[in-house]
Amino acid sequence: MHSSILIIANRYIGPILIALSLVALYRGHNYPGGGFIGGLIAASAILLRALAQGWPKTEKNIRVRPMTLLTVGLGLAMLSGLPSIFLGNPFMTSVWGPTWQIPVLGKLKLGTPLIFDIGVYLAVVGFTLKSAISLGFDTEEESD
Amino acid sequence: MPLIISLAMLLAASVAAPLLRHVAVSRRVFLLPVPALAAFLLLAFGAGPSVFQGNLPAFVTEWVPAIDLTFALQLNGWGLLLALLVTGIGALILIYATGYMGGHPQAARLYSYLYAFMFAMAGLAMADHLLLFFVFWELTSITSYLLIGFNHGDPGARKNALQALLVTGLGGMALLAGFILMADTAGTWLISELAAKSPEIIASPLYPAILALVLTGAFTKSAQFPFYFWLPNAMAAPTPVSAYLHSATMVKAGVFLMGLMLPILGGTQAWTLTLTIAGGITLLIGGLFGMRQTDLKKILAGTTLAVLGMITLLLGIGTEKSVLAAVLVLLGHALYKATLFMVAGSVDHETGTRDTRALGGLRKAMPFTAAAAALAALSKMGLPPLYGFLGKEYAYKSTLYSGSDIALTSTLLVGSAIILALALRTGILPFWKKASSAPLPKHPHEAPPSMLIGPLVLGFIGLLAGIMPFLFSPLISKACTTIVGYPINPVVKLWAGFNLPLLLSGITLVVGLLIFRFRTRIASLQEKFTPPGTEAAYDAIFKSTLAFANWQTRVLQSGYLRNYLIIITIATGALILSKLARFGSFSDLTFVNSLAPAGATIVGLMMGATLLAVIAKSRLTALIALGTVGYGVALVFSIYSAPDLAITQTLVETLTVVLFAWVVHKLPAYRSFSSRRAKIFDATLASLSGIVVTILVLKSKSVTLGPRMSDTLTEMSYPLAHGANVVNVILVDFRALDTWGEICVLAIASIGVWSLLGKRPAKSRH
Repeated sequence: MHSSILIIANRYIGPILIALSLVALYRGHNYPGGGFIGGLIAASAILLRALAQGWPKTEKNIRVRPMTLLTVGLGLAMLSGLPSIFLGNPFMTSVWGPTWQIPVLGKLKLGTPLIFDIGVYLAVVGFTLKSAISLGFDTEEESD
Repeated sequence: MPLIISLAMLLAASVAAPLLRHVAVSRRVFLLPVPALAAFLLLAFGAGPSVFQGNLPAFVTEWVPAIDLTFALQLNGWGLLLALLVTGIGALILIYATGYMGGHPQAARLYSYLYAFMFAMAGLAMADHLLLFFVFWELTSITSYLLIGFNHGDPGARKNALQALLVTGLGGMALLAGFILMADTAGTWLISELAAKSPEIIASPLYPAILALVLTGAFTKSAQFPFYFWLPNAMAAPTPVSAYLHSATMVKAGVFLMGLMLPILGGTQAWTLTLTIAGGITLLIGGLFGMRQTDLKKILAGTTLAVLGMITLLLGIGTEKSVLAAVLVLLGHALYKATLFMVAGSVDHETGTRDTRALGGLRKAMPFTAAAAALAALSKMGLPPLYGFLGKEYAYKSTLYSGSDIALTSTLLVGSAIILALALRTGILPFWKKASSAPLPKHPHEAPPSMLIGPLVLGFIGLLAGIMPFLFSPLISKACTTIVGYPINPVVKLWAGFNLPLLLSGITLVVGLLIFRFRTRIASLQEKFTPPGTEAAYDAIFKSTLAFANWQTRVLQSGYLRNYLIIITIATGALILSKLARFGSFSDLTFVNSLAPAGATIVGLMMGATLLAVIAKSRLTALIALGTVGYGVALVFSIYSAPDLAITQTLVETLTVVLFAWVVHKLPAYRSFSSRRAKIFDATLASLSGIVVTILVLKSKSVTLGPRMSDTLTEMSYPLAHGANVVNVILVDFRALDTWGEICVLAIASIGVWSLLGKRPAKSRH
């Protein structure tokens, strides 16, 4: 499906979707969204691109393999549970940093749950991509 | 403190040994035995003196408080003996191994395993907590498995390693069960406290079970009848391993356990009968096995079995005298058997064969090896003034004055005579027999110094300790003290005057020489009359287990998705219904009385789409219909103010439909193969499972299992977790561990998808 429409559209839609996914990830703590939803959006964006130009080229563009994303996501989520141990709390108790006032974004509160959510985000992206690609979801299949 | 330091050194050495990989053939290899030697010296001179004074060194720290498991070490006299054997002989074996393995590319792996094993054995000797003892016990089984299977390219070695692991591993399971029952009965896990509880344990109705389970563990480990068969097969291991594990140390673990258990479980008729009978049978079977072998290592394995049987028998008698004899036999055996194994390895290494029929006249070519072999063989034959003599004398002394002296003494006599004959064959013949005319595979020459140190040192100790038995007497009496359970101080003398045991020794010598003289005739007689051993039973069980697994897989894993779906659906439905039945009648189900117009429209749409999916004639239609149902669910979520769920549902539904469409359009056209009956069955099953789920949903509104969590979570969301979105807070904070489990499932699922579908053949690109 070497569709010019898809390729051109992707140039604009792709980055917007990725940005949207990051917003969903960040605002998840207070409003609807979160790592799972963000991850799905990001994966959709990448899959759209794969649909337009084939997976090998897309993989080259994103510079990272889905399995790596999945592994890093799992690891990050687990690591986010460790700091609490050093404070004498059970594993995966949340640890919060100070609150910053940042223009535009407003109040920014950083803590281990955000790191955990980033881990979920990466894992979901990795999982979705890996499964979709395994199912043959790219243009290469079309060309034979 | 010396205990934990020596353990740590051994463990560190095991981890560090692979670093020697690149220097394995270089000069730095002399560093290899240093940790073992250091541990030996630390135990002998750091821990030893306080053991001799009766002030047992200990080390205790918490491990798993929830199951009352402490990392409790305590070194008693019996443990000290074992720990010194393990580290001392271990150091010599390591020196030997550097020569034996030479430039073997994977020698470092062997050294690492050997140290891991040494760590496990030393820990076993020190463990005071039953569970800790079990952990070390299993570690020795696993390291033994790795060592037997060291040459993993050889299917025979793999099979034998597995056999040893299965036999000793299953024995270990029995041991664990026995330990749990014992600790439950006595109310303590500590071996040092159990002896005081002995009357309670013996009086308990569980005593027969405890005894049977613990002895199963000990018998499998020490290769007692009927579990003896794995030991000769374990000779597939490289010779240093056989010398170390399967003669001097690991097989002693079972005997060590029996010694520990004697003051706790011993003294009953069941104990005495089981141990003396099993030990006696093993003694004879081992000897007879050795008689019909021609491989040096197999003959030695046979005598190892025989000696282990003898020790078991002596521990079974359980008197002060017999315990002393058992300890003497054990020490003597460790000294001479490790030597003979190393000699066998050297002979193999320098001549290229271990076949006793081909070997002869090596005395001139290998004088030092011959000297070590002679010392060890004479000790094994039980001739004065070597240490082996003492063990045999005291064994006779103890059986002569026990209850059933005739039977036990004659068993011992026959066993000792066979061992004597086999000692001549393994230690003397290869060196002093006239060389056979056929040339050996390699031109024989003396072994390198590294392969001489171990045999010579151990052989010399056997001589020295025989002449001056008082050298080892503190060690021996403390070991006996542990086993009998109260302090004793036996005097061991080389010359005790002309007495009945000495006469029996003389008879043993004569009978042994006769057996040696007629060895070929006895062996050929055995060829005709050897009954199948218990290994046949093992093989039968092993094969039938595999056959059962195959059959079960064939039945359960049909490979048809429809069968799996049927099983899953029925099982799920049945489980739900059985749970629901616990909550009484289904009369209190409440249906939603009023439905908002919007909701009603969505539900109607979903029902229509479902019907369409069922009757659709093409996959794509069915897929789109199902997608409609999914979006309907998302709409329901958003109506009932669950935006997170709605968004997720929409995204997942979209991705699923697109992906499925991608797959579906590549499949062949829809055709119906199902018979009418199958269709009716499927429809019924689907409707029933739908009804079950509906009941579940309705029922869940009326059943409360506990206080409602959701209100608390909502309240605590902002103050505790700084998040206003409670769904997200639950996911990433309150129940983060659950979420982590879920993303792990994602990882597993994607690996599954990948392995099922990802292996696409390389496509032609254009």
